[in-house]
Amino acid sequence: MSETVKIIGKMKESKDTYTLEFKWDAPAMPGQFVMVWIPGVDEVPMSLSRIGKIKAITVKGIGEASNAIHGLQVGDYVRLRGPYGNGFSIKKAKRILAVAGGVGAAALIPAIKETGCDTIIGARSEGEIILDDVARKYSKSVWISTDDGSRGFHGNAVQLAKEKMALRDYDLVIGCGPEVMLYFLHRACKENNVECQLSLERFMKCGAGVCGCCMMDELRVCKDGPVFGTEELDGLSDFGTRKRDECGRIINLR
Amino acid sequence: MGRLEITFGRLRLERPGMVASGIMDETGDSMARMIRSGAGAVVTKSIGLEPRPGHRNPTFTEVEGGYVNAMGLPNPGIKLFAEEMEIALRAGPVVGSVFGSNAKDFAMLSAKMEDYGASAIELNLSCPHAEGYGAEIGSDPKNVRSIVSAVSSSVDIPVWAKLTPNTSSIVELGRAAEDGGAEAVVAINTLKAMVISAELRKPVLSNKFGGLSGPAIKPVGVRAVYDLRGALSIPVVGVGGISNWRDAAEYLLAGASAFQVGSAVGTKGPKVFGEINRGLEMFMSDHGYGSIAEMVGVARE
Repeated sequence: MSETVKIIGKMKESKDTYTLEFKWDAPAMPGQFVMVWIPGVDEVPMSLSRIGKIKAITVKGIGEASNAIHGLQVGDYVRLRGPYGNGFSIKKAKRILAVAGGVGAAALIPAIKETGCDTIIGARSEGEIILDDVARKYSKSVWISTDDGSRGFHGNAVQLAKEKMALRDYDLVIGCGPEVMLYFLHRACKENNVECQLSLERFMKCGAGVCGCCMMDELRVCKDGPVFGTEELDGLSDFGTRKRDECGRIINLR
Repeated sequence: MGRLEITFGRLRLERPGMVASGIMDETGDSMARMIRSGAGAVVTKSIGLEPRPGHRNPTFTEVEGGYVNAMGLPNPGIKLFAEEMEIALRAGPVVGSVFGSNAKDFAMLSAKMEDYGASAIELNLSCPHAEGYGAEIGSDPKNVRSIVSAVSSSVDIPVWAKLTPNTSSIVELGRAAEDGGAEAVVAINTLKAMVISAELRKPVLSNKFGGLSGPAIKPVGVRAVYDLRGALSIPVVGVGGISNWRDAAEYLLAGASAFQVGSAVGTKGPKVFGEINRGLEMFMSDHGYGSIAEMVGVARE
């Protein structure tokens, strides 16, 4: 479904990341996303960082579209489509570890809220840590990692996750962040024999499973994902290695 | 011979439903998945000479009864498409859809598709939202005739013309395609449409207008097929709003020899082909049809 909604709240999360809140009744699951239209600029997929009657997106300013979203003020309107995709399947898991890299934390917050699971939030440096205060409201254990050691564990979120997996008996790891980070998180989970569900990202046009421009191997990130489980990830040769541009040309990730 | 098998001009397909152009058919793996899901063939995304990003987003939105899209013919270009074809063809038959701005480009692209192993060529003479391509050149019977004729003389595989419904007479376009040597016509493409956000006071799609697809356009497609079947002697492929076996049967009974499914892949997923195949088989045994061919055009009698 699509709806034009009014922005009712705007919070600064870090120097380049804002959360925008709006009232929208559409039912949503943790891990689902919406297509956000910024007239005259673009329409881009964004994870929902709140999924109740009041919903939110948390957006890092990295390009024209995200910077234009930052320009939206309380009282402005924005048109959304969705919610799209399969979210995290967290009902059966008992001991969950959420691992977020950068703005990926936004996609995990609804699952953290629903389960109270342990949480790792990683970023390059202290100033880029986001939503740790929100995670702390719901989760008993929130650990921070920074690449430069300016706060918490000195290293990346996957290294910290490996330490925690060795100490505690998790039965599910959920994750969202840069794809290369998720690639190594998937490997770390396999080594520790822990199931994982990771939220991936690709260039999207329709968001609704029609156009096929977000394919990873034979799966549509928009409709078959964006959250993929261990077995699906095992079978994805594109995961961590290749993506496609807006023409459908292959781009190597590493 | 399976009950669903069709012989269609020089082409034989195990199942009568194909994936319509533009639907999960930009990559080899996605095309292969659609064939494995029960499609008799997949028609590729329309491919042009050079890589093309298409229109900027928004390029798509849901509306009551379907979708409106203006993708703007994004594609990696004919050269890079070779590797996608190679992967898709391992799963089954592929129809190469091409777009160009003139007969020479269409002929060149079609010859490449033939080299890659396409079973047939579908000429995009009907996309309603790309300047200088599609319906802009396919609305004129003279263009249709000359493009079809140029392509037919440059390839040995069947050539199909996909016609626009955004015209006063689709039959005239069909006749032009037949005169040019088309082995089939494909009807219809999307209906030119527009969506405006009231609150934002602007057209939603970046291209302003796009094409309406989905259940809302089915009666328009059925009528077009009925008319074309009555006027032409070449087969008609029906497309537009098919999402279950009954929709497919409507098109067959109106005179389509085969059909294509597009939007329903989004609403129902790739499994829609399996559902349609099973439903058609059941319908055929309930009503005493031994083959799909026996159903074609029955509603015209």
